[in-house]
Amino acid sequence: MSKNINVALIGNPNTGKTSVFNQLTGLNQKVGNYPGITVEKKEGICKLPRGTKAHILDLPGTYSLNTTSADESVVAEILMDNTNKDYPDVAVVVCDVENLKRNLLLFTQIKDLQIPTILVINMSDRMSRKGITLDIPLMEEKLNTKVALVSTRKKEGIERLKELIHNYKELSDEPSIDCRIIEPTYFSHLEKLFPDYEAYKLWLLVTQDVNFSPLTKKDPSEFDNLKSKSKADLKRLQHKETVLRYQFINGTLKESYKIDFRNAKGPRADLDKILTHKIWGYVIFIAILMLIFQAIYEWSGYPMDLIDESFAAMAEWTSNNLPPGILTDLLAEGIIAGIGGVVIFIPQIAFLFLFMALLEESGYMSRVVFLMDRVMRPFGLTGKSVVPLMSGTACAIPAVMAARTIDSWKERLITILVVPFTTCSARLPVYLILIALVIPEGAVLGFSYQALTLMSLYLIGFAASVLSAMVLNKFLKIKGKSIFMVEMPVYRWPLFKNVLYTVVEKTKSFVLGAGKIILAISIVLWFLGSYGFTKEFYNAEEIVTNRIEEEGFTPFTKTFIAKNLNSEESGEGEAIDLNFDLKSTRQLIKDENEDLYNTAVEQEIASFQLENSFIGYAGKAIEPIVAPLGYDWKIGIGVITSFAAREVFVGTLATIYSVGSDEEETIKNRMAAEVRPSGKPVFNLATGISLMLFYAFAMQCMSTLAIVKRETNSWKWPAYQLISMSIIAYLMALVAYQTLK
Amino acid sequence: MSITVATLKKGQKGVIKDFTDNDLPIKLLELGCLPGNTVELVQRAPLNDPIYINVNGSHIAIRTDLAQKIELDLIEADHQQ
Repeated sequence: MSKNINVALIGNPNTGKTSVFNQLTGLNQKVGNYPGITVEKKEGICKLPRGTKAHILDLPGTYSLNTTSADESVVAEILMDNTNKDYPDVAVVVCDVENLKRNLLLFTQIKDLQIPTILVINMSDRMSRKGITLDIPLMEEKLNTKVALVSTRKKEGIERLKELIHNYKELSDEPSIDCRIIEPTYFSHLEKLFPDYEAYKLWLLVTQDVNFSPLTKKDPSEFDNLKSKSKADLKRLQHKETVLRYQFINGTLKESYKIDFRNAKGPRADLDKILTHKIWGYVIFIAILMLIFQAIYEWSGYPMDLIDESFAAMAEWTSNNLPPGILTDLLAEGIIAGIGGVVIFIPQIAFLFLFMALLEESGYMSRVVFLMDRVMRPFGLTGKSVVPLMSGTACAIPAVMAARTIDSWKERLITILVVPFTTCSARLPVYLILIALVIPEGAVLGFSYQALTLMSLYLIGFAASVLSAMVLNKFLKIKGKSIFMVEMPVYRWPLFKNVLYTVVEKTKSFVLGAGKIILAISIVLWFLGSYGFTKEFYNAEEIVTNRIEEEGFTPFTKTFIAKNLNSEESGEGEAIDLNFDLKSTRQLIKDENEDLYNTAVEQEIASFQLENSFIGYAGKAIEPIVAPLGYDWKIGIGVITSFAAREVFVGTLATIYSVGSDEEETIKNRMAAEVRPSGKPVFNLATGISLMLFYAFAMQCMSTLAIVKRETNSWKWPAYQLISMSIIAYLMALVAYQTLK
Repeated sequence: MSITVATLKKGQKGVIKDFTDNDLPIKLLELGCLPGNTVELVQRAPLNDPIYINVNGSHIAIRTDLAQKIELDLIEADHQQ
């Protein structure tokens, strides 16, 4: 088998490079990261004529080889290092026919590295509408290479491109301009020092701090000679180089590229007038946001319920049908539940990225960035932080992933770090049950106290995120000035295929990246909740059965039984007296309704077991720590288990109070009945507010930690988030409880 | 006060004369923001910042602090295409 041809796909952002990549490779693509950095690496295999194959590497979009970001330096590094395994046999530079002049700048730079370079002029379907005519043969002659005119929308020109890649050996590798004319004496000096290097490669090495090992291995004093010019001088020369390149491009296009403005028309001006309008622009943006929330909150609810039910059914089937034992328990309660905990997020992530891809592809996203930049700036954020922060109200996981569009690392990092403060949908079940418990009904000025509390919690979350962004902006010492420069691309109908690929790829990267960590922690939590080291834990069944025999059920279980008996004998209307004689009633229930009796016993055993499991001990161990916040050890357990995800809090309390039902009303009643040794209710206003504030600030979501680790490529930032957010949460809860109690 | 991209009114055009700062980001030049090329102000965001310009066919948004560094010769309205 012959070796695959190595092809590097290069181009400015917004030239449809990804569409070309998708058409060349189909679904034969793989997305990963470049080692050590968070820049996405996309590669794929393309079948060429006559049985050959090409390995296509889709390099990050860049305007030039004079790099200003991590994404861009990946491009320069690969193209300058011919020992790199990704070093291309042939480069394919993708241009947008409407911005050919600007796009050619990058082309001339690649060509000067003496890599055979094919020019793809994309979006040829727009030529007639824009009044553009091209003289391809003349252009090929002037640029000294082959040109493929492509329309990914109409699927034209791809075959010719494949043919050109196949015949890449026929391409010239002559540079397009002689960069030595930038400063002849300096270049001759450089070339004397490094006779083996092409002039332009030397120039790139001098002008930027590219990590290029073969050169640094030389004598350091020689390397220092390279830097003999001051930074300002080099910058001036870079400006000169850009002017020279534009002169070359203007000369090339003068005869071969004609644009007749009378035929040029497009929706840009009209759409911009509305979409970036000082009032309508915001109205439309808010309307779109509301649509996105609707999708993430409501529409994804159906598939999420379905997933929830299927995994619950699967777990139940497993524990009923496999031989009982540790392995079955692990499978049913640890692994299946853990995988369910990952899969449950897929609908929200898919919906969010569906919208993101549509907004991005259509060109609208740049307008949002334009509208919001000034508003976000005082907080150390950028217009590009808006979408992640807004998505955070649905779920922090897709929101953290959405921060990838921010090119300044500092702004991106700040956005990632503050996103988890926004009130995500997982906090809702906790808030709702606590509000119902401790906030009185009633209204002020027509707004109910309960609704106002919920709204305040949302505002607190938002305030916490922008304020901490401000603080981080002050204290984070990250190099690199951020230059705000956003291209406003033409409006286009999104290509279905591109949108689909984005959704599939982002979802996959969540499931494979964060999913592993979520699964692992779920298994650990399951283990801690299902095992203990005391006699009580292992003899729970005996102890609890004996207790029931002697003392009867706990008051709450009695209520549970009474309720169920009543509902079964509905219509009779005769409520069973709760203060019934314990023993005889027990017998009565046992005889009449064995299922109900067994359920009640099982609930009490589960509760007793949880109390005596590792997690139960952990809850008791942290009681001294959480007592100043107004929590007892039972709430402590809830706080620990809900580290997996906030909504687990409600479920854990259900188990611990042996409610045996996820029905909110039942849990609420049980929580209301819970008293302290002093006889006062546990869930009073002070504890309730303290808990709500704790959940508002605490980093109680391992999935978010996992995704932050993935996106920042280090445990440092998730650890920072976990520690700082927990401290803030603790202090807020402490102050609230101590003031209100 | 000299005319810069930041002082343009919506719809106004000018030809780039010079930069007041040699430290202008190279990216801006590469997008076609070079002396001799035409700049048109397409739109201003609320609070006048950032601004949305068309320079040499490239449509970009930049903040006003950067726009202030690009000096212009104004093109009178009747010369416009």
